[in-house]
Amino acid sequence: MTLQIFLNDYGLPGALIVLQILAFVVPLLIGVAYLVYAERKVMGAMQLRQGPMTVGAFGLLQTFADAIKLFSKEIIIPSAAHRVVFILAPVLTMLLSMIAWSVIPVNEGWVIADINVGILYLFAISSMGVYGVLMAGWASNSKYAFLGGMRSAAQMVSYEVSMGLVIVCVLLCVGSLNLTEIVTAPRPWWVQVMLLPMFVVFVVSILAECNRAPFDLPEGESELSGGFLVEYSAAAFMLFFLAEYANMILMSAMATILFLGGWLPPFGIEALDFVPGVIWFVLKVSFILFVYIWVRATLPRYRYDQLMRLGWKIFLPFTLIWVLVMAGTLMATNSLPVVQ
Amino acid sequence: MIASLAFYLFSFVLIMSALFVISAKNPVHSVLFLILAFFNAAGLFVLLGAEFVAFILAIVYVGAVAVLFLFVVMMLDVSFADLRRESMQYIPLGLVIGGILLVEMAFMMFAWSPSMMAGGNIAAAAPKDLSNTHALGQILYTQYVLPFQVSGLILLVAMIGAIVLTLRVRPGTLRQKISDQVHVRREDVVEVRKVQSGQGVE
Repeated sequence: MTLQIFLNDYGLPGALIVLQILAFVVPLLIGVAYLVYAERKVMGAMQLRQGPMTVGAFGLLQTFADAIKLFSKEIIIPSAAHRVVFILAPVLTMLLSMIAWSVIPVNEGWVIADINVGILYLFAISSMGVYGVLMAGWASNSKYAFLGGMRSAAQMVSYEVSMGLVIVCVLLCVGSLNLTEIVTAPRPWWVQVMLLPMFVVFVVSILAECNRAPFDLPEGESELSGGFLVEYSAAAFMLFFLAEYANMILMSAMATILFLGGWLPPFGIEALDFVPGVIWFVLKVSFILFVYIWVRATLPRYRYDQLMRLGWKIFLPFTLIWVLVMAGTLMATNSLPVVQ
Repeated sequence: MIASLAFYLFSFVLIMSALFVISAKNPVHSVLFLILAFFNAAGLFVLLGAEFVAFILAIVYVGAVAVLFLFVVMMLDVSFADLRRESMQYIPLGLVIGGILLVEMAFMMFAWSPSMMAGGNIAAAAPKDLSNTHALGQILYTQYVLPFQVSGLILLVAMIGAIVLTLRVRPGTLRQKISDQVHVRREDVVEVRKVQSGQGVE
């Protein structure tokens, strides 16, 4: 009898949650596989190459072949490494890039946990990404890895500050920390225009946050021969790799929710309402991901002091002033969101 | 039931990781356990219904403060075993102070009882009709606006102090001046000369 009650109270909801999680994680992992494929194809096209061609039609199965190869290899742990932290680092990185998806709404109501402070949760999780890199760099007990980890820590902390202020700007016009409400809150056109510079800052910051080109200094193969990843092999490397791409998708989803209107049709065109919201969401995320790849194929890597200068001397003052401008304008036009 | 299970889980891990913070041999492990402790404290806040405080704790302490901790501890090249041996001589003094505090706390525990009115004053972690964040904002920017701003100013002073203390002006070092680079004009750097063949440039 008690078992019956237990099953009704916890068993069924638990099974439902597991199904929901699978419904998010499986498409996400497939998305990661095809993001890697897309990156190679798009960069190939930009550099007049073919990209992957041989495995499957048009090379569509290339990523899976790579994954199977990496899985079947031996994990080499350096003898001087701190074993537990060394293994924990990729696991943690992967975990963080997955659990953030629990609050992302991909359509009206399509979200695992619709919590009040969703954006804070996302920000907290994304700011924890630095630990994976830092732990990997330290536990490898190698100079290259260590320098890569240190650089990454400094870089991520620097860009998080301006990211936080950008988020504050959006929250000022929305008046809620809930991600669904951030998407659905009405925004007049002039607010959108005022948020445009913040969108640019955000996109640049997420490039830095994900350690992507032109801010891929933690890996910096030209000077650090792979940075924090240098001692990692096989499945451990693959976890980092997966997590990096999952984080790219996550950050793009965050930008979509904050600035591009999530699952709503673009520019509020009602004629496009017949397309399911999740398709708009995927399209918008793919657009930002394309920008990621485009930037990587176009721009050379920043020098370290230039990266720090951009973060602290340009983005931080600019976003700080913009928060004031934004708040002042909203206040003056009496359009601050009202809380009952 | 799940809530109380979660409470015991968070509390247990919190206390254990706090113990490991002070007992771990390797300082980097200490900081990692400290991060775990912060995390579990945030979990306890969530259980209380104070989700804003929980996530701010995670963002500020885990996301920023502990990163800098870890950064510094990893960079430091200090033999912590030696430091530990030196600090051993202060253990008797520490034990005396700790003992006195413990006795005081014990006195408090047994001699003190809450007043009858206290029960009525217990506030809910979150007001019923208002989200946690709004409630906190409303009280912080109205009733407590002065202390809030003053603490902000104190932090600002501390920040400026840290910058002043670490600022080194080194004359004679070459620096990249971006604005100079941007403002370079063609006339300043490019000169077109007609050179007759076999003559060369003077």
